[in-house]
Amino acid sequence: MAGKTLFDKIWQAHEICQNDEGQSLLWVDRHLAHEGSFHAFNKLAERGLSVRHPECTIGIADHYVPTTSRNLIAVQPKIRHVIEQLVENTRKHGIKLIGLDDPRQGIVHVVGPEQGITQPGLLMVCGDSHTSTHGALGALAFGIGASEVAHVLATQTLWQTKPKRMRITINGQLAPGVTAKDIALAWISRLGADGARGYAIEYAGSVIRDLSVEARLTLCNLSIEGGGRCGMIAPDEKTIEYVTGRPYSPRGEALTQATAYWKTLYSDDDAEFDREVILDGEEIAPIVTWGVSPEEALPIDACVPDPSSASSASKSRQIQDSLDYMGLIPGQKLTDITIDRIFIGSCTNARIEDLRAAADVLKGKTCKVPGIVSPGSTVVKAQAEAEGLDQVFLDAGLEWRESGCSMCVAMNGDLVASGERCASTTNRNFKGRQGPGARTHLMSPAMAAAAALTGHLTDIRDLLG
Amino acid sequence: MDMKPFTQLSSLACPLPLENVDTDQLIPARFMKESRANGYGGFLLYDMRFDSNGSEKDFILNHPDGPTFEILVSRRNFGAGSSREAAVYALVDFGFRCVIAPSFGDIFASNSVNNGLLPALVSEQDCERLLEIMDAEPRQMEVDLSAQTITVASTIVSFEINPTWKLKLLNGWDDIDLTLAETSKIEKFRENYQKHYPWLG
Repeated sequence: MAGKTLFDKIWQAHEICQNDEGQSLLWVDRHLAHEGSFHAFNKLAERGLSVRHPECTIGIADHYVPTTSRNLIAVQPKIRHVIEQLVENTRKHGIKLIGLDDPRQGIVHVVGPEQGITQPGLLMVCGDSHTSTHGALGALAFGIGASEVAHVLATQTLWQTKPKRMRITINGQLAPGVTAKDIALAWISRLGADGARGYAIEYAGSVIRDLSVEARLTLCNLSIEGGGRCGMIAPDEKTIEYVTGRPYSPRGEALTQATAYWKTLYSDDDAEFDREVILDGEEIAPIVTWGVSPEEALPIDACVPDPSSASSASKSRQIQDSLDYMGLIPGQKLTDITIDRIFIGSCTNARIEDLRAAADVLKGKTCKVPGIVSPGSTVVKAQAEAEGLDQVFLDAGLEWRESGCSMCVAMNGDLVASGERCASTTNRNFKGRQGPGARTHLMSPAMAAAAALTGHLTDIRDLLG
Repeated sequence: MDMKPFTQLSSLACPLPLENVDTDQLIPARFMKESRANGYGGFLLYDMRFDSNGSEKDFILNHPDGPTFEILVSRRNFGAGSSREAAVYALVDFGFRCVIAPSFGDIFASNSVNNGLLPALVSEQDCERLLEIMDAEPRQMEVDLSAQTITVASTIVSFEINPTWKLKLLNGWDDIDLTLAETSKIEKFRENYQKHYPWLG
């Protein structure tokens, strides 16, 4: 019998039963709820249902929170109402809340790992597609919709069809200036934004082993942008060291037991994957997106694609549509694209290492365009301030904000104006994502910082000397 | 609290021949703080339907027969991106009961089923055939869930659907009721689980 994959081991540990059609009922260890959960809580209220295991859910305010202050007075009434509903719903059901004025507040996918809520082997869900982030620590974690959130609240379980298994192996090592963001954009541009649809992804290989835990969080975060159900990395010594000692992590004898289990969480040598993708680390360059899907991405030294040389008529139309929205000319060098602003933030790239990478580029220099830096959590903000990074950003001419989803999803009013072009460390370059008519180019934090200095998309390798 | 069962559907189908119609396009984030009480149909594909002054653009959903559309035909990776179920609410509240495409975002597809909206998966080739027959105009179309077929003019194509989802849609079943019936099994699992993983207790 073939061995088991990391994914199979965790799935099996959580499987309660199967229905006649083969779907599994899974036990959910941890559920994270942000402000968007109001639809799910409303469903419970309509049916008079209670929360079955309130101790398994943690509320965290992030999507709608203001980043200019921690005060709701100046906030639009409808936005305030959504934030207040999270407070009300968690209070009513006895759920712990990390609210707006809590020193642990931040983006749910940054706070989970930071507080030790995320641990290897757990099954975690959240009503947010970037829940795939938590797989970086060896958890099985995926985003769900509001009906499924209501189901988790009411039963602490979820019905799921078992996805197929894909392993993405990155061999060799990364070249200078290349980051986890570039690895993600590299495989997504190769496989397509639906390339991993129906698969649970495991990332493996020497490049992945060498990545820091924070870089792994970035990589797993972007799994959903390639259509993956989840992204996972087998826990290793780095993972265990990262998880140990955090507020929600096990201690003492419990930690010894947990660690022994975590060390069993890897894909067996003879485990079989439904699909194997192998990339060479040395061949990955710093990448930027040029279009309106994360699959529309190219190495920074390439040119804007020409619809007339597309492989099919439908592909040609698609490229033209993206270029029209983005206001780009076929054949234009990517490094000639001028930008109006930058945004450094989001669950993808706003951890302390991301802020350090951006600050390294900006130190002692002045930006040509304005921009916002919103740390991934209030803990990250405090750490950055202790290291003086806030002053580097301010001196360079950028705004230093509070933590939240901010300009990644533009729900809180942090918008890119229509027609403006933003170099962004976020996860989606969709039409209108950062505001109606906004044009987004995705890239790593160092690349966004470099673009801020020059006023156009820039190859970070040219600044490395 | 069961949903309306889905068996057969006969309606005008609306062509939307675009790839990657993500959930941010289906409902822009700025509308998601609204209460569902007044319906989300007005927000569906808002930035494709309306210009910045709120005037209607030349777009298929603004067709005089728009309010009668129940079927949408689109290209690959429909509903990709954000897990926002509001994207499905916008489609359902507009009147749609079926979306046909060669691939769907996973979370979108399961959200659809939970709201009685059929995500009918067709091959790329069949999708192009349907779009060609429709020729950028709304066309009468029949969808039969039991037979898993789509009929337009004299052309019949088949579609795929997860067997559990098919059963749920055909019967209008709701997961929560089904699962609550398994409570004793779940609690027994939990007891055993806590013994295995005591640090999670």
